Amino acid sequence: MISPHRLQQRSDLLQAVRSFFRGRGYIEVDTPIRLPVLLPETHIKPFASEEWFLHTSPEQCMKRLLAQGCDRLFQICHCFRKEEKGRLHQSEFTLLEWYHVGWSYRELMTECEAFVRALAASVPGLPGLAGPDLLRHGERSVSLAGPWERLTVKEAFRRHAGMDPAEALRENTFDEVLVTTIEPHLGWARPVFLCDYPAELASLARRRADDPTVAERFELYIAGIELANGFSELIDPGEQRLRFAEELRRSRQAGNVYSAMPERFLTELANMGETAGVALGLDRLLMLLMGCATISEAVTLPHNYLEE
Amino acid sequence: MYTASDLRKGLKVQIDGEPYIVTEFEFSKPGKGQALYRTKMRNMITGIQFTNTYRSNDKFEKPDLEERTMQFLYSQDNEYHFMDTASYEQIFLNKEQLGDNINFLVDNMEVQILFFGSKPIDVSLPTFVNLEVIKADPWAKGDTSGSDSKPVTVQTGYVVWVPPFVEEGDRIQIDTRTGEYITRVKG
Repeated sequence: MISPHRLQQRSDLLQAVRSFFRGRGYIEVDTPIRLPVLLPETHIKPFASEEWFLHTSPEQCMKRLLAQGCDRLFQICHCFRKEEKGRLHQSEFTLLEWYHVGWSYRELMTECEAFVRALAASVPGLPGLAGPDLLRHGERSVSLAGPWERLTVKEAFRRHAGMDPAEALRENTFDEVLVTTIEPHLGWARPVFLCDYPAELASLARRRADDPTVAERFELYIAGIELANGFSELIDPGEQRLRFAEELRRSRQAGNVYSAMPERFLTELANMGETAGVALGLDRLLMLLMGCATISEAVTLPHNYLEE
Repeated sequence: MYTASDLRKGLKVQIDGEPYIVTEFEFSKPGKGQALYRTKMRNMITGIQFTNTYRSNDKFEKPDLEERTMQFLYSQDNEYHFMDTASYEQIFLNKEQLGDNINFLVDNMEVQILFFGSKPIDVSLPTFVNLEVIKADPWAKGDTSGSDSKPVTVQTGYVVWVPPFVEEGDRIQIDTRTGEYITRVKG
């Protein structure tokens, strides 16, 4: 279980997260976690709660607030995803999600970098740090000094797997190649943003105008660990409906229970302006900063401690 | 039936009709991607290890494994006869199946035998066994070889290195995991 000392550090870090975003004009929100309809995603399995669901991320509610005219929002909340359990996964975990109206994923990557560096510098004596802007992970260290690398998915596949992502997609090995062959190399010299995902792997992200086969999606990696997933948000309700339909079709194929098309969300999406948003696995980031090897060491009461 | 999400270190599953035990396991799931269960397994009959990545929908049979307490009765030629202490059923294993265990088996010893269906696939002995020394050279005073241990033969024919004071007729305790001498025992 987490020690009182570590609990203090976790608390200090949570306060630093809030200071960072409030300092940049963001409003903190706390949206409902139990919802009648979820945004369909093929590989994310929700927990049912009576007739409703526990949310798997706060994206739906936060976007509905943006559609009402909010322009900068952040939220720290627990999310629930079935069957996720491992060194870096818990089925209940803490997500930090934020949205900035008027931005694309490019500005958001820059802010993401500033945020992680600010958080690392916010609390003195963090065991995960070997010095200013220097993260220690196991036997190795990662320089947090900017600017961080931006690596396209295409280039990452070519460099580390010697193949084109289109080929991996055709053979249904994209995730496997990414996890086993590419991820272990990412974010060791310094953090890296893996960006421009194949459009079919980013159903909530806008396609690139100059290359519609890829979407403006990024993932932040530090020390081989995936930390955050961000987009230039897809705001066209027509295209969003088609992408959801495809996700629903694939989820049903995989035997997952998803409610239905999120109609109210699609209606309100028409009122949302150009926006970028990102979800960051806060437990994982705190794990790195507090020098822990697993997220269960970084959360307040880990699942393995709760089990009878 | 197990699914991939049941996989964890130590779980025993059946693949292609043979029992496997999971020796290493890691769950991974790229953002928005499929859950991947990276697994290392050991075939419980052949001992051969392999690694594979499974997905959520992969399923595994539960292997029919049962551990039974059996008593060693006697050996004849190449056959080692055991009796189930609950059902009195008798079986025999050959030398190859027993491996190093034959060095520590004595009449009436109770052992755990793991069955896969009706087939015995593994024998676990008690961690410590007491065996009688049947042959030991007396410690020669003034031995200048500088050696502080000597080989003795125990009742099973096994040769083990012991401290010089151990003599013929003594009973000694041996760790069956390492085959090493632990201590001399009374009686």
